[in-house]
Amino acid sequence: MKTYWYLTRSSGAVSLILLTAALVIGIALVGRVRSERWPRFAVDGIHRAVSLLAIVFLAVHVITAVLDSFAPISLLDAVIPFAGTYRPVWLGLGAAAFDLLLAVTITSVLRERLGYRAWRAVHWLAYAVWPLAIVHGLATGSDLHQGWMTAIYVACAAAFAAAVLTRVVIGWPAQARLRLAAIGALVAFAAGLAVWLPGGPFGPNWARRAGTPPSLLPHTVSQPSPG
Amino acid sequence: MAARLLHRVQAGPTTLEDHVCTHGPLPAHRPTAVAAEIERSGLRGRGGGAFPLARKLAAVRRARGRPTVIVNGCEGEPLSSKDGLLLSLLPHLVIDGALSLASAVGASEILIAVDELEVRAGETVERALRQRPELRDGRTTAQIVWTPTGYLGGQETAIVQWCEQGVAKPRFESPRVTERGIGRRPTLVSNAETAAHVALIARHGAAWFRQAGTDNDPGTALVTVCGAVAAPAVYEVDHGLALNVLLADAGGCTEPPRAFLLGGYGGGWIDASDAEVVRLSPRELAPLRARLGPGILYVLPDSACPVAETARVAGWLADQSSGQCGPCVNGLAAIANELERVRSGSAGRQALADVLRWCGLAAGRGACAHPDGAASFVTSAVRVFRDELSDHARHGPCDACQWATALPIYDRGAAIA
Amino acid sequence: MTQRIEVDPIACEAHGMCAELLPELIELDDWGYPVIADVDVPRRLRPLARRAVSVCPTLALRLRVTAAVKPVSPSRRH
Repeated sequence: MKTYWYLTRSSGAVSLILLTAALVIGIALVGRVRSERWPRFAVDGIHRAVSLLAIVFLAVHVITAVLDSFAPISLLDAVIPFAGTYRPVWLGLGAAAFDLLLAVTITSVLRERLGYRAWRAVHWLAYAVWPLAIVHGLATGSDLHQGWMTAIYVACAAAFAAAVLTRVVIGWPAQARLRLAAIGALVAFAAGLAVWLPGGPFGPNWARRAGTPPSLLPHTVSQPSPG
Repeated sequence: MAARLLHRVQAGPTTLEDHVCTHGPLPAHRPTAVAAEIERSGLRGRGGGAFPLARKLAAVRRARGRPTVIVNGCEGEPLSSKDGLLLSLLPHLVIDGALSLASAVGASEILIAVDELEVRAGETVERALRQRPELRDGRTTAQIVWTPTGYLGGQETAIVQWCEQGVAKPRFESPRVTERGIGRRPTLVSNAETAAHVALIARHGAAWFRQAGTDNDPGTALVTVCGAVAAPAVYEVDHGLALNVLLADAGGCTEPPRAFLLGGYGGGWIDASDAEVVRLSPRELAPLRARLGPGILYVLPDSACPVAETARVAGWLADQSSGQCGPCVNGLAAIANELERVRSGSAGRQALADVLRWCGLAAGRGACAHPDGAASFVTSAVRVFRDELSDHARHGPCDACQWATALPIYDRGAAIA
Repeated sequence: MTQRIEVDPIACEAHGMCAELLPELIELDDWGYPVIADVDVPRRLRPLARRAVSVCPTLALRLRVTAAVKPVSPSRRH
């Protein structure tokens, strides 16, 4: 049913937007942004709500991808990275992102029982979720050439970069080496994308090169029958 | 004055033979008997907190796990020398106390905490430990723990943190070290002098201990008398002794005194003119908003500048903060800066009111008693030295300001991060 | 049962969310650190106190609950 296919693509896009929003709000919390109208406990509440909403849309994204009959994706492929048959590497990145997000969510729900330090250690992984999610989206998404999808990616990427740079600046220059490493990682990621995208998802025959099972590929070369 | 701890103290470390000759052998009592005797004696900690030892003991005995005993000989107070004296000259008395306490709580591990710079004292104790027959079979172990130099290096939880994590900073009291200390097991931390008193209680009993001192504050205490006195030294006093008598025993003041500092930098000032009525016991000092602390009586001469001295020590106290709690870090720094501005005549009219307010904000809101002590020191200074403070606020530094080195301070060891 | 609000001063980093939620019991000092009223938490404020503990970014706030002491009836057995 085409519905599942549409749902999985749209919920994937919404998840990315919500994930980016949650990150930006989280940085506003760490940066102790003060507002006349919004008490900080309310901003904290919004951060939690947006994160949970992202999980909900992510769950829809995963379930509809599994239910959709076009691509052979099983529920296990959604949580165990790189084990599937449909674009294993790129889907796997999504699964990895999902796993990390699950860990962040569970530890946040159990925060008081875990204690601050354990919770915080896992929460740092949230930064890793985003690059995994975006590469997953770029590599498995089928709407790449649509203008609106590109706009979403660009906006989210810009927001992510701004958020990371803001986070690096907060508390500067304490632990300078760690901060410089974070900037380096961001730059490397951006450079990697710039190098990979033209010849990758935006290049020819991406679906085949990405690992789509041959039976699903749109063009098949037909052999003229002999005689 | 009754010399009990200091009875027959010599100029060098007392040997085990002389120690046994002077005080008798350490009897082996049942643990419950020792605990009961300590309870009946009413002995309170001599490290400055004056906490009833029996209550600490009971808490450790109640808690689960094999306890550790820590004898605290760190003596971070710059004005105090009594614990150093005990470790250097009467190590066996301290060790006796440690062994009795270990027996009372069922501990087989004793740690004796010594400031890393007090090498001679620590080595004296190590030598004394090696002579002890009680430690020979290895069922009970005792060793020195060298702690980083610093005002808070001898704080109860800081010693535990130093042993456990290599960082000599206080930690939040919950759970208390009596429940979870060394190795997450109950830990009894006792000041070296407190242990020395236990050593004598174990021999002579609680009734004997209570023959000295007052009903509310029984026993004797070691007091470091220093400053403008003829014979600065450590004296042993009965609780309740009149301050004037102690001063006389210390040879009297070398100059007319301006004020007395009781309890060290965590204690408080008393105007010299009020000193006639002062008796040295916690109960009698309380109404004067003063305390004996770890047994310190410092005499500030009239020739010194109390404003400069107070400002300097306040700055040092702010420096010595472990930097972990906002009210302490910010409060003590604000207080010290403002006092320095008062001293140099550049403070506003609100200065002393602000200082007192910050003292109120800092006290009780840190993880340890450091801000409380600093607040007490400064608040009493503002009260006692009101005239000099207004004088400086209006006219700037006085002639005596430039020689402000009467009250000693020291540099913190590098190991306290 | 009485409830008291306590703060771990080492964990506290002066985010101030507790004072926003519970201004009746918590004020901020000159440097943004909480000054907690030395009273039991009144019943009507208990849900807010619970929320303040949960929202604290460093989990520095805690509630100390002391059970009411019930008089023990003497037992006939010894």
